[in-house]
Amino acid sequence: MSDQPLTLPGYPSRTGYPPGMRAFRTPSMVLRQVKPASDARADPTPMRWAIIGITIAFLTLFVVIPLINVFAQAFSKGLEAYVAAIGNADALAAIKLTLIVAAISVGLNLVFGIVAAWAITKYEFAGKSLLITVMDLPFSVSPVIAGLVFVLLFGAQGYLGPWLQAHDITIIFALPGIVLATVFVTFPFVARELIPLMREQGTLEEEAALSLGASGLRTFFKVTLPNVKWALLYGVLLCNARAMGEFGAVSVVSGHVRGETNTMPLHVEILYNEYQFMAAFAVASLLALLALVTLVAKVMLEGRAAKE
Amino acid sequence: MTLLWLSLIVLIPLAALFLKTTELSLDQFLRIVTGPRVAHALQLSFGLSLAAAAVNLLFGSAVVWALVRYEFPGRRVFDAIVDIPFALPTAVAGIALTNLYAENGWLGRLLAPLGIQVAFTPLGIFVALVFVGLPFVVRTVQPVLEDLEAELEEAAATLGASRLTTIRRVIFPAILPALLTGFALAFARAVGEYGSVIFIAGNLPNVSEIAPLLIVIRLEEFRYADATAIAAVMLVASFLILLAINLLQRWSERRTRGY
Repeated sequence: MSDQPLTLPGYPSRTGYPPGMRAFRTPSMVLRQVKPASDARADPTPMRWAIIGITIAFLTLFVVIPLINVFAQAFSKGLEAYVAAIGNADALAAIKLTLIVAAISVGLNLVFGIVAAWAITKYEFAGKSLLITVMDLPFSVSPVIAGLVFVLLFGAQGYLGPWLQAHDITIIFALPGIVLATVFVTFPFVARELIPLMREQGTLEEEAALSLGASGLRTFFKVTLPNVKWALLYGVLLCNARAMGEFGAVSVVSGHVRGETNTMPLHVEILYNEYQFMAAFAVASLLALLALVTLVAKVMLEGRAAKE
Repeated sequence: MTLLWLSLIVLIPLAALFLKTTELSLDQFLRIVTGPRVAHALQLSFGLSLAAAAVNLLFGSAVVWALVRYEFPGRRVFDAIVDIPFALPTAVAGIALTNLYAENGWLGRLLAPLGIQVAFTPLGIFVALVFVGLPFVVRTVQPVLEDLEAELEEAAATLGASRLTTIRRVIFPAILPALLTGFALAFARAVGEYGSVIFIAGNLPNVSEIAPLLIVIRLEEFRYADATAIAAVMLVASFLILLAINLLQRWSERRTRGY
């Protein structure tokens, strides 16, 4: 972190602040710097303290304490018990299944997200705004409903159930169902990160590349993709975090078979309901760690993107 | 191809739900959704979500104001952790909150002597819903407040407006569409929330049973018609909220262009 004041355009020297202007620190990473408080924007001091106090109290109570609690409970019986809980065969199976499901779902949504963002930002067609709205649907639909619709389609009594049974294909209560439900709930993540950025960049660079004789595919890999790589990476991270942590939708379609169709969040639930609290929190702490890593990566990616 | 994939994963499954609902006669449908247990679950879900979104609107406004306008120790850390309810898997949040507010938990122990019980009551559901909705108001309002021109406030001050008047008459109208959008997003999220609620709720029928849980229970009883009817009601509500959000965004875009 640098303590050197920012050089403002028009003020050549670093100490050349006009009187009354507060020197402020340069944030090294993410946040846009707080604008120097000109008098018109200065709030009364009591209001200032009250709002900062409320903010810190609210976030501490609702976010910091629950988060600390996860790790405190996970290690409440010591490191050895923690390692044993995670090394348990069912826990390992759950971890493995979660990784498989996340890899497939993120892969599918990555391809779709790029194609969708490309179509929406680089071409004009009728019904575009409707398409964007529909793409956001999985965000506002309850995860339970996301699971339910696949049971209605592919379950034993579902619309395609008899046909699937006749062909000996199981989707519900098996891996395909879990993947489908996960793809549904993580559907918009990648596209949503890409669309605003690609829209801002327009089609000029692509047109230049094409007019210079580059093929469509080459243009995509050499021009479009490098331009959006940080947003893309961030979208993938978010998508992955949600895919690994999804509970409601997966819970409806999984069938809860220990060691077979239990993902990590479902395993946490089972352990908790069996009063194995410490073990539940141990597995939960891995998921919490995933969330923290995702956030740190987000902060770093934003810094990187801002620098470019 | 975009359309095809979208249809396969999102549209066709949702259409299946409505198709299934049409198998019920209107009479049957109404009997299901107005039955005492279902009606209570729906009321509880919508009512508590509204309350939680209101709390998030109030406290979220304070948080976003502090993060954008003030410099205080730990500002960047607090800014980053606003996203935690987004990133933390709901089941993890659920067991963490339950453990905290249980009678022997860190917070439950402090509240028990006051006669306040949070875990396994509707109050617990409310706490969980506040948690999951927390990022929405902050993250929707933050960019708008950051982009607000200082000149507007300076002009107001120059013209003799007090700070409070400036906030009420200049800043508040400018961020109102974003505030409402954040409120609607938090509400939508809370209505459908399942994972973080079921642990802390206690799940007593007619007391602390939320609508998404009742869908799961009906499914496990193989009462698909009942599950589908409840889901249809909730889905229509989601559509309406989504529509409201779209209208709000259009409103805000029109206004920004007007400036």
